[in-house]
Order: sequence, then structure tokens, then C-alpha cells
Amino acid sequence: MEYLRNINLLTNYSISINFRNFGLSKFSLYKIIKMDLQIKFEEKIFENKRRAPDEFKIIANTLRQDIIKSLLLAGSGHSGGPLGIADLMSVLYFGGYINYNPTEPEWKDRDRFVLSAGHMAPILYAVLARAGYFPAAELATLRKFGSRLQGHPGLDVKLPGIETSSGSLGQGVSIAVGMAMSHKLVDKDSKEVYAITGDGELQEGICWEAAMTAGTYGLDNFCWIVDNNDCQIDGRVKNVMSIYPIKEKFEAFGFTVFEIDGHNIVEIIQTLDKFTRYHALRKGKPVCIIAKTYMGNGVSFMHDNYKWHGNPPNKEQAAKALEELSK
Amino acid sequence: MKTYEKKGDKATRNGFGEALAELGDTMPELVVIGADVTGSVLTSFFQAKHPDRFFSVGVAEQNATTVAVGMALSGKVAVFSSYSAFAAFRNADQLRVSVCYNEANVKIGGAHSGITVGPDGATHQSLEEIAFLRALPNLTLVSPCDYLEAKKATKAICEMVGPAFLRFGRPAVPMFTNDDTPFILGKANILREGNDVAIIACGLLVWESLLAAEKLQEIHGINARVINMHTIKPIDVQAIVDAARECACIVTAEEHQVHGGLGGAVAEVTAKNSPVPIELVGMKDSFGGSGEPFELAEKYGMTWKEIYASALVAIERKKGTYNKIRQVKDVATYHEGL
Ligand SMILES: Cc1ncc(C[n+]2csc(CCOP(=O)(O)OP(=O)(O)O)c2C)c(N)n1
Ligand SMILES: [Mg+2]
Repeated sequence: MEYLRNINLLTNYSISINFRNFGLSKFSLYKIIKMDLQIKFEEKIFENKRRAPDEFKIIANTLRQDIIKSLLLAGSGHSGGPLGIADLMSVLYFGGYINYNPTEPEWKDRDRFVLSAGHMAPILYAVLARAGYFPAAELATLRKFGSRLQGHPGLDVKLPGIETSSGSLGQGVSIAVGMAMSHKLVDKDSKEVYAITGDGELQEGICWEAAMTAGTYGLDNFCWIVDNNDCQIDGRVKNVMSIYPIKEKFEAFGFTVFEIDGHNIVEIIQTLDKFTRYHALRKGKPVCIIAKTYMGNGVSFMHDNYKWHGNPPNKEQAAKALEELSK
Repeated sequence: MKTYEKKGDKATRNGFGEALAELGDTMPELVVIGADVTGSVLTSFFQAKHPDRFFSVGVAEQNATTVAVGMALSGKVAVFSSYSAFAAFRNADQLRVSVCYNEANVKIGGAHSGITVGPDGATHQSLEEIAFLRALPNLTLVSPCDYLEAKKATKAICEMVGPAFLRFGRPAVPMFTNDDTPFILGKANILREGNDVAIIACGLLVWESLLAAEKLQEIHGINARVINMHTIKPIDVQAIVDAARECACIVTAEEHQVHGGLGGAVAEVTAKNSPVPIELVGMKDSFGGSGEPFELAEKYGMTWKEIYASALVAIERKKGTYNKIRQVKDVATYHEGL
């Protein structure tokens, strides 16, 4: 109840009041009002079902707009990564792959999704809102005091649809492996577990401990998606500390590996089909999907630029991004 | 006033291992993660009895911890055990974020803790983890005093919901509690009544405290209260405040650094509620070295002798008769003639 009150407080005020809370100068406040950018989250829910490829692009662009808007209002946060996995996330969550039930988040027959790259939280929040877990208006509270939309996902604030806190890189995917073990080896059911890690994240040793475990236990109910944008905070992944070749590494750890274009909806569908729909193809091995993506995809001035790893757009940039995304 | 009798020796790790194996019969949701030290932390008992619920992940304590979290978030009671040196430090970030922040139903067995792991030397003698662990929100931290209490404590932490850490040791140590001795998480046991000084101890040093209390009685007619503070977090504030008010001076004793451990926890409580002189017995801000367990306990000053001497100092401080010259010589002087 406490959080609901906070959210009402946060969302019922106009955007300028939100900005005043963030201590922006009078000057920038003036600019905001003058530019008159209306930030509204239209309440629209997408069903989780098989769709034609074009529909996913529309969903992905809605998610991208949500990301831009919520980051603008937040005044801090990560833009590049979330935009880059919007296509993947739209197919995963709205293509009938992950089984979930927004009206019963704790539904015991649900599959699990773990965003191990917790800094990409804005896309997860957008997806969960568009799936119907909570009102889209709540996206306006990202990173704010009293919000359930923490800077990095947290279980303590009880946002429906969140399976674990994440943000300390490498831990989420290891938790996902534990979940997959619990289902396959203890409960012996067929629930699936999906995790997304960044590519810089693969530099964390625990990722490879988790990979070893998934391979050894033949966790064929586990799908590990690597967001291979070749960007991280300090630069290109290959320059900061090369994690290449990724494919051979995962194969050596006992995975079936698919390399795909993470913005090609048809390829995403075909690959997820192989994992989710044709169990026989799994042959007792976990699956790794290396998705080649571009950081900041969909917004021209953020495209493939690692400098957009951890910044929010300002008002002008948001306006431009939203214009591009509404085309 | 001899209230507790020694009935042989047995290691606290046996209590942990046996309890898990027994719990496995009645708790189908209990799973155990192994990290290549199964035979020494005695999760091997569980493994032998319930092989389908034991999962080895190799020497990978970070992964072991978060895999346990994944299991816990999928409805299991997940236990992971390794040496305390690696089950509290190598995985510190995992403990903080994935176990405690998630409030995951994970139980960590910190085995081979303290100086008494012996000849393995400093790398394996974890004497700092209480300081780290008791700063973690949501965590229950227990340090049992003997075999039987370790067994009861293991059952108690597995039956409660939420993250817990059990800190226990390697060597056989005196058994002195019995089936009737109560064990309630968060509720200290007063093992010996007395109002001249309160000795608050955990783990192995509880027994040493009882020995010290007997000597104090025998030689000086001093009545020492001995409190077994088995649960370090959440700490029994009432027992500490009562001790401070009724005894007006305290000695803490633990197989851990004097900084940040049980002594620190007691000092935090008294500072806020009822400040009294406190003497801290424990490892004095140094690393250990190889040796036989009890040889090391002697060398580094974690036996009844230091507790005894510290009690005398604490009482003098309370009376205001304690002076600096004594302070320099205290332990050595008080040891003479014993
Ligand atoms: C354990 C840990 N160390 C450091 C960080 C800080 N950090 C957040 S994101 C990031 C870069 C990760 O790169 P990548 O996984 O490729 O994500 P992308 O930049 O593509 O979004 C770092 C170092 C962290 N969150 N966790
Ligand atoms: Mg990256």
C-alpha cells in the first residue's frame, strides 16, 4: 500500500514537478516547459502469443519509447543496453515463448526469466508493464524515491514479475542456473529458465563457473542469451578485455550455440523456436544464443556507441529519439 | 556452582552434518550444494543418504552461493557449505546481494572456522567473518558452542525462513549441553548465574568461559555469569542489558578477531543502553599460523586463562581500582600461580 501511495504521488504530478524534485536549475526547468514535451505512458498491453514478425517491431518500438521516457524522467540510468535488447525482449515476452501470468505473478507453472545484466532494468520494467504486471504509468517512477522500479531490479520492493534482484554482474546467470537445476533435477518438471547477460559481463569469472555447471548437468531447460553489442563502459569489449571467441567457449562448456542477428526478428523467432518448441533438438544440452546487437539500437545518435552505456537522454535528445521511434 | 559437565569430545561439524542428513528425511525441499570439501564439512552424510538432492558444483564458491539462491527462489531450502574462509569471503558479494538482499532461503555452513582449524595455517583460519556477516541485513548468524548445539542450530536455521549462516569448527571439542538445554534462535542461554561479572561468549569459548568462571569462584570467590550468545545476529539485547545492569562489567570471548566480532556487538548494545567496562578476549588483530588447534588457542590467547584474567581486570575497572601499571602486566601477572 505504501508504494501505491508513493506512485500516485509520483505519477499524478506533471512532468515539471518531477523535474523540480531532481533539483534542476530554474533555467532548465524553463527550457523543459518551453519545449513542451509531453511525457505520457499510454496504457497498452500486449498479449503473449505467436505473431507476425512486423508486430514484434511495433512492440519493440513501444518498449524503446518507454525506455527513453522513463530514463528522461529518471534523470539517470542506462540507455544503450536496454535499447539494444528491445527486439529480443519483445519476441521473448510477447511471442509465446516464456510462460507467465501477469494476474498471478507467482504462478507455480511459470517459466523464469532473469535479467542478469541488471543495469538494463529499464527494458525489463517496460516489458513487465506492457505484459500487464503493473500500470505503464508506473514507468514514470523509475529510480525515484519510494518506487518499485529500483535502479537495478530488487526483490524487496515486490514488483510483480521480478524473479531476483540483479545488478552485481555475473550473479543473475548463476542464480538462473540454480533455478534450472531446481526444476530439472529436483522437481523434474519441464519449466524453462531464460537469462540475458551482457558481453562485458562475461568477463566476470562466475559466468564461467555457471556455464560449467549448466553444461555438466546438461540443463536443456536453460537458455542463456548473450547480448553481444561489443560495448561496455570503458569501450569496445574486444579492447577492454577480449571475451572472444564466445561461440567456441560455450561449445566447450557443453552448450548448443546459435549465433544470430539480435535485430532480425525472423532469426530470433527461428532460434527461440528451436529451443522452446522442439525439445528433441536440445539433446540434453543447455542452449546459448549469441545475439549480435547494437548498443542504443533504434536511436540514431546512440547507435553502436559505448558512451551511451550508462547515460539517460536529456530533453532534446529524448525528443529526437521519440520522434525517430514513432516513425 | 558447577552447572555443566563435560561428556566427551565431538566436533561441531558433526552436529551440522548429522542434522542435515536427518532433516533430509522430513524436508523433501532440502537441497545441498557441494564445493569439493564435502567430506570435511560433512555434508557427505546428507549426500550419502539423499544423493538425488545433493549437487556438486566444484571448487567455485561464488557460483555455489548463487546456484543455492536460484534453488531457494524456486522453492527449495538450499544449503551450501565450505570452509568459512571461502564461504564468507570469496562469495561476499553473492552473500550480500543475492542471498541477503533477495532474502533467499539459503543456509550457509561456514566450516573450519577460527584458529582451531590448526595446521592449515592463516589462509584457512577465518577469524573475521563475524565482522562482515553481522553487518549484512536480513542474515541470521549462529555460532554454536558444542556438537549438540550445532545439531539443534542446524535444524533451527533450516526450519526458519530466510538467509542464515552457521559458523562451526573442525576439531573435536567438549560436549556439555544436553537434550534438555534449550535452543531458541536469538535467545541467549545463561549457563551459570552470577552478578560479579558477566562473561558473554560464543562457539568454542563458551566452554572455556565455564572453566574460567569456576576458577574465579574457586580462587577469588567471584560469581561470574556465563552467557552463551549462540545467535550473534539478531543478538539478544535483553540478555546483554540485564548483564550490564546486574553485573556492571562484561568480558566477551570468541574465536574471532577482537574487532567487529561478538565483542563489538556487545559493546554496541551496552554503549546505547547501559555502558559498562568491557574486556574483549579474542584474536588480537593478527593472522594466525600453523600448529595444533589448542596450541594455537593458547598462543593467541583464546583460552579460559585470558577470560579469567580479563574478568579480574573488568571487575577492577568497575570498582575503579584498576591502574595503568596493572594494565601492562595484567594477563601475565594473573596467570602466575595458576
Ligand atoms: C560486479 C560488477 N562490477 C561492475 C559493475 C559496473 N558495471 C555495470 S554495467 C558494466 C559493463 C557491463 O558491460 P556489458 O555487460 O557489455 O553491458 P552493456 O555495456 O553492453 O550494457 C559494469 C562494469 C557491476 N554492475 N557489477
Ligand atoms: Mg555489452
